[in-house]
Amino acid sequence: MRQLSYLKAIGEALREEMQRDETVFLAGEDIGASGGTFGATKGLFQEFGAGRIKDTPISEAGIVGLAVGAAAAGLRPVVEIMFDDFITIAMDQIVNQAAKMRYMFGGKLRLPITIRTMCGGGVNAGPQHSQSLEAWFVHVPGLKVIMPSSPYDVKGLLKTAIRDDNPVLCFENKALHGLKGEVPEEEYLIQFGQAAVRREGGDVTIVAVSQMVPKALAAAETLAGEGISAEVVDPRTLSPLDKETIIASVRKTGRLVIAHEAVAPCGIGAEIAALAADEAFHALRAPIKRVTAPFTPVPFAKPLESFYLPNAERIAKAVKEIM
Amino acid sequence: MDLPKETLIGMYRTMLTIRRFEETANQVFANGLVPGFLHSSVGEEATAAGACANLRADDYIASNHRGHGHCIAKGADVKRMMAELMGRRTGYCKGKGGSMHIADPDLGILGANGIVGGGLPIASGAAFAAQFRGGDQVVICFFGDGASNEGSFHEALNLAGLWKLPVVFLCENNGYAELTHQRYHMAISDVSVRAAGYGMPGLIVDGTDVIAVYEATREAVTRARQGDGPTLLEAKTYRWRGHYEGDPQTYRSKAEVEEWMQRDCIAGLRRRLLEAGLATSDELDAIHAAVEQTVAEAVQFAQQSPLPDPEETLSDVYA
Repeated sequence: MRQLSYLKAIGEALREEMQRDETVFLAGEDIGASGGTFGATKGLFQEFGAGRIKDTPISEAGIVGLAVGAAAAGLRPVVEIMFDDFITIAMDQIVNQAAKMRYMFGGKLRLPITIRTMCGGGVNAGPQHSQSLEAWFVHVPGLKVIMPSSPYDVKGLLKTAIRDDNPVLCFENKALHGLKGEVPEEEYLIQFGQAAVRREGGDVTIVAVSQMVPKALAAAETLAGEGISAEVVDPRTLSPLDKETIIASVRKTGRLVIAHEAVAPCGIGAEIAALAADEAFHALRAPIKRVTAPFTPVPFAKPLESFYLPNAERIAKAVKEIM
Repeated sequence: MDLPKETLIGMYRTMLTIRRFEETANQVFANGLVPGFLHSSVGEEATAAGACANLRADDYIASNHRGHGHCIAKGADVKRMMAELMGRRTGYCKGKGGSMHIADPDLGILGANGIVGGGLPIASGAAFAAQFRGGDQVVICFFGDGASNEGSFHEALNLAGLWKLPVVFLCENNGYAELTHQRYHMAISDVSVRAAGYGMPGLIVDGTDVIAVYEATREAVTRARQGDGPTLLEAKTYRWRGHYEGDPQTYRSKAEVEEWMQRDCIAGLRRRLLEAGLATSDELDAIHAAVEQTVAEAVQFAQQSPLPDPEETLSDVYA
């Protein structure tokens, strides 16, 4: 099958959905003629023109507000917040407006909004360009949160996001941009709320999100050499979360390790641990372990950021602690 | 006063409906029938009525926490509004929003808003949708002097000015951001001068004169429909009641309130209609009686409507 990078898969999803539905438009900083700071929207301005590919001022609240108003008035906006760190500027529009308008207006409004944003560390971008803030949005009713970990997933999930009639935040990990993987030529969608079991195993469940998925798979490979059979589950979407697949895996293995790049307190790992405690308590044979970043901002210098980011060794070590 | 009688009488009826709706809401609030907060727009009726008289059914408005008047002027049903204030299932939001969140997308009402300045970027977004479709719909965004200090004001107006979006930013400057006088919350006396920073005209109008508001908004709406871009229109007005019902109003004097009450927009239009011979006292009194009945029916409708079932909490989160 054809190999495509994560970044190119994003561009392909956007192109296909723009061809399919003429109410779809893109807006964001530097996404137009220059093709985006990292090139995700390369070529789209040339193909669809300035009317549908809108370069905006550096105005994150304005960009999301543009999406909210345009969606309320019948369009299907896809907007980009360049780094998820910048999403703080747009919090009112996301949390108080987009997430609540349908509910607080009595269910009359549809808000088909996709907010793409780049998260994650590993490229020495420092404390204000490296965060993983996905859990903030999982906490808000009315929003959906997706966190694709592969080229195949980012394309299929992003296409579903654009067709969804609710506000969806897509967290694209910058460390995955160059990752190549199989992406079929023919069209496909990935439904929300369907986790993927990336590797089957019987001794321990590792739930990993975003760039922790390849690291968890590497850890599983190492562990296999030591006689430990790890199952790796990628939730793919955090809201909605596929509880059934996670619980089924924990019931099978009796052990749970959760790996994510965000800090531990109130992260998605805390939610998944609570879920396992609620629904698989009697199947657990060991304490639940979380592998996360330490509770600090994301540091800049190479030795600091390497220390900060969870990796395959730390995931494997956490597994061995509960075997 | 070269406006058609129909337009003038229409604005008179709208202002009166807003006044009586607000006064009645205050009353039922005091009687304990309206839970939560209530922000009355009594005294500011001319801005909503004069501005919205320029709009078509397919145009949009974005409103704010003091939004009842805007919604009425855009055609909202006072029965469903009163029912929402009382948290009834028949209300505009089925009891999920309350006074600060009345919306009707079918009427182009994109929502009152509990966040000061929250509606401004949304208004630019709706105006973008109109421009994107190539039609001539326009948006009026109502906000206050306090909202013009929010970052969202800057972002929304910059985008609208840059893209020449068909939107009228109508600042109802009532002199107070909640409990704080304008002199303590901005270094300028006219919000309209901020327009210069966004490449759009900034105009001031007497917000207690409905005809002046109508004419100034007409110019701005025409500009927007023609594709010439947005306008920042500042209406100098005053709210007769506190920021919220129950506000002790220690920040202003009774004399100041009474002075502004002399400039009652409804009495002003009534006087002009009678002086110009465009209406008789009997005609206007008949409107009063009709409005009285409409509002009384709204209260009755709301009181007779069922409360939502507790389980309805769980619906309408996602489409």
